[in-house]
Amino acid sequence: MDQNKKIIELKGISKSFDGEQILKSIDLDIHDKEFVTLLGPSGCGKTTTLRIIGGFVTPDAGDLLFLGKRINDVPPYKRKVNTVFQKYALFPHLDVFENVAFGLRLVKTPEKEIVRRVREMLALVNLSDFESRRVDLLSGGQQQRVAIARALVNQPKVLLLDEPLGALDLKLRKEMQYELKKIQQRMGITFIYVTHDQEEALTMSDTVVVMNGGLIHQIGTPQDIYNEPINAFTASFIGESNIVPGIMHRDCLVEFAGRDFVCVDGGFEKDEPVDVVVRPEDVDIVAASDEYLCGKVTSVTFKGVHYEMRVDCGGTTWRVHSTDFTPIGSLVGLRLTPEDIHIMHKSDASGVKNYGGAQP
Amino acid sequence: MMQKKNKALSGVYVALLMLFLYLPIFVLIVFSFNSSKGYSWTGFSLKWYVDLFSNELILNSLKNTLIVALFASVFATVIGASAAVGVFSMQNKYAKSVIRSVTNIPLVMPEIVMGISLMLLFAFLNMSGFVPLIIAHISFCVPTVFFSVLPKLRQINKNMYEAALDLGCNPVQAFFKVVLPEIMPGIITGFLMALTYSLDDFVISYFTAGNVQTLSITIYSMVKKRVSPEINALSTIMFVVVLLVLLVTNIRSIKTETAKQKKMMHI
Amino acid sequence: MIRLNAKWTSYPYIVWMLLFTILPLLLVVYFAFTDSSGAFTLDNVKQSALYIPTLVNSIYLAALATLFCLVLAYPFAFIMSRLSFSRQKMMSMLIMLPMWMNFLLRTYAWQAILEDNGVINTLLTAIGLPPATLINTSGAVVLGMVYNYIPFMILPLYSIMTKIDKSILEASSDLGAGFFATFRRVVLPLSLPGIVSGVTMVFVPAVSTFVISGMLGGSGNYLIGDLIEVQFLGNSYDLNAGSATSLLLMVVVLITMAIFSRFETEDSEEALV
Repeated sequence: MDQNKKIIELKGISKSFDGEQILKSIDLDIHDKEFVTLLGPSGCGKTTTLRIIGGFVTPDAGDLLFLGKRINDVPPYKRKVNTVFQKYALFPHLDVFENVAFGLRLVKTPEKEIVRRVREMLALVNLSDFESRRVDLLSGGQQQRVAIARALVNQPKVLLLDEPLGALDLKLRKEMQYELKKIQQRMGITFIYVTHDQEEALTMSDTVVVMNGGLIHQIGTPQDIYNEPINAFTASFIGESNIVPGIMHRDCLVEFAGRDFVCVDGGFEKDEPVDVVVRPEDVDIVAASDEYLCGKVTSVTFKGVHYEMRVDCGGTTWRVHSTDFTPIGSLVGLRLTPEDIHIMHKSDASGVKNYGGAQP
Repeated sequence: MMQKKNKALSGVYVALLMLFLYLPIFVLIVFSFNSSKGYSWTGFSLKWYVDLFSNELILNSLKNTLIVALFASVFATVIGASAAVGVFSMQNKYAKSVIRSVTNIPLVMPEIVMGISLMLLFAFLNMSGFVPLIIAHISFCVPTVFFSVLPKLRQINKNMYEAALDLGCNPVQAFFKVVLPEIMPGIITGFLMALTYSLDDFVISYFTAGNVQTLSITIYSMVKKRVSPEINALSTIMFVVVLLVLLVTNIRSIKTETAKQKKMMHI
Repeated sequence: MIRLNAKWTSYPYIVWMLLFTILPLLLVVYFAFTDSSGAFTLDNVKQSALYIPTLVNSIYLAALATLFCLVLAYPFAFIMSRLSFSRQKMMSMLIMLPMWMNFLLRTYAWQAILEDNGVINTLLTAIGLPPATLINTSGAVVLGMVYNYIPFMILPLYSIMTKIDKSILEASSDLGAGFFATFRRVVLPLSLPGIVSGVTMVFVPAVSTFVISGMLGGSGNYLIGDLIEVQFLGNSYDLNAGSATSLLLMVVVLITMAIFSRFETEDSEEALV
């Protein structure tokens, strides 16, 4: 199949619950065999988007296309889409085998084929020895695998995953991230994954869709999203950032923190107020001098690979990551190179300072 | 907090309360084997058991009781469980709470009031025989079924029904394949409770039975005459039956529950 | 939002409820305010004022029985809730077992024990003591009520107390509370909903009984339930007067419920079954 074929298209999808608009006319194309992650804080509309694709929520406006055909009114049981639910929603009255066989039995698959396909799926998720176990006696990670096998056995074109790793502990989560990616590549189908965990999104996805307040802020590869955040919200949600207000005097010249800096961005209006985003790891600590932004170190925290420091520069706190230790109270200079200064148009999220996202 | 002294003290307390609960039953059992009528022991005899089983009236009322209980509990289970499902799927909070409150009426109103109110209705409709009695029993059994099924519906993971649809069930299949098995324990509990309530009922039957003799009504007419030792024999038999049923069902369920708990702890 | 859409399955029940729960209660009100020819009258209601002393006596005995139940059941439920899982199951089975026996038979057993030539008096005379009058006293009625309804007090108390985690009690003593302080400041407030449902579940059947008073109380302990019984099925047959008396009883019950409903939660409603 053509990798660039659009499998699911959302066109101007809107949805309100109890008068509150959850989705504000979103457009999104999802391609075949793509691993797409909808990323955003809770209440951003990512789960609603997923549930619209699954058929559990009907959009108020807009069109949902599956392989070019409108499926707004097709009930979930007639869609070639399966879901892995947040709390798994396994059927407690059925054992592991029967949970996985559930969808196959509904379409009257021959017993022999059921056994073959269920076993194949259980092998895929490493649960071959668990066929006759009761699902409520499995661990969280095992239940998760059953849920995945139960959905995949129906050979969906698209698998929807609603924060499937949310209930697992950190170590297990990391393992499952890796396994999910592997399963997706083996099966060669589209995964649409919902999470609020930026690290998960960056690790697994081909494409990340950053959402907030019912809008899509940015769509791109993990690298794009991290390196070229399109606005202050994306910048603050993905990784850590220093976001300060500034004024773009002309192309490649921005003023913030009371100084002029050379940067690489352009295309802004003259003297346009902007958000300036600098990643903490891009700030270099140098000896204080007039050449640089200067400030006093107010805190130092050891983070394993690096030290996280807070530097107070005339009332604004800068976060800096550095592998060198600098004692509290030291006067230091902050060196910013032009490529590390990201200029963004003011957006709704401008007020959000150091949102930080969901740190695992 | 539970020191040794406290533990001994609470043991004594529990034992005394148990004595209080079981003393009357013990007395009935002992005197069911007494050869004379009074409450002084005169010797062992099975005479009252023999008398009991040749008592046409008792055997006939036992049959009536079973008929009423069976019909009432089956109908009550169907009506009550469907009602719980229906009410659960209602969106209108006001309607839901009105139905819940009305369902509570038979549970909180004194039985005598329920009894006489139904008696007035049946007199008003000029009904008599088994039908009004069964209707009365259904009326007080439905709420117990309703309230044992409703919490089961609430406990269902709200994604479970969606998962069934997602995997290809249409709404009717999803109900029968996923929702119904989930609430089945509640339905069974409700049915058993309805059956017990119906078998055990006296007050409401007393006012609505007309000329139908149920076991409770027959017992009532016998105990009014004070000493009637066949009653002791009947009590003993009923106690033993109930004890056996409970032992068998409970020991099994305790075993599985404990096994489940232990397993959970290992995970 | 997709969810179970089966409102209609409750319709048969709604019809049933209207016909066989609401309508009969309305009939009670109708009969209470009419005479035998069906004309409106206040006579029945006025006449029922005569029975106020009977009602007061019923409330007094039922309240006494409720109090005894609470005092006896509370420590029992607490002890029970601290046992191991299988012992708790065993205990609750032991509590319920007598309830599975016909209510009339259990009361009849007390008759046999308390009678003038019953078990206790036979024992007393056997050891040379004078026999005591036990049956046909108000004490016997209260005893019968306590015996029959104490499981309704134990079970809701027990089920609420199992929800009190051991660590909460430990935290309380860790923070310096002694046994009584822990009880008063922690256990009691947490078990309040259980007390409320236990009290209503004991008081309502006790105040309206006619079987217990009839079998253990003799002619001297005539309760409101006995009165209703004879008005509907006995020698003072009068459906209109009986409805008025029942209305009086319903008012008492509703007032009790109203007083206690302030503490009600959704849990206690389901604890009823």
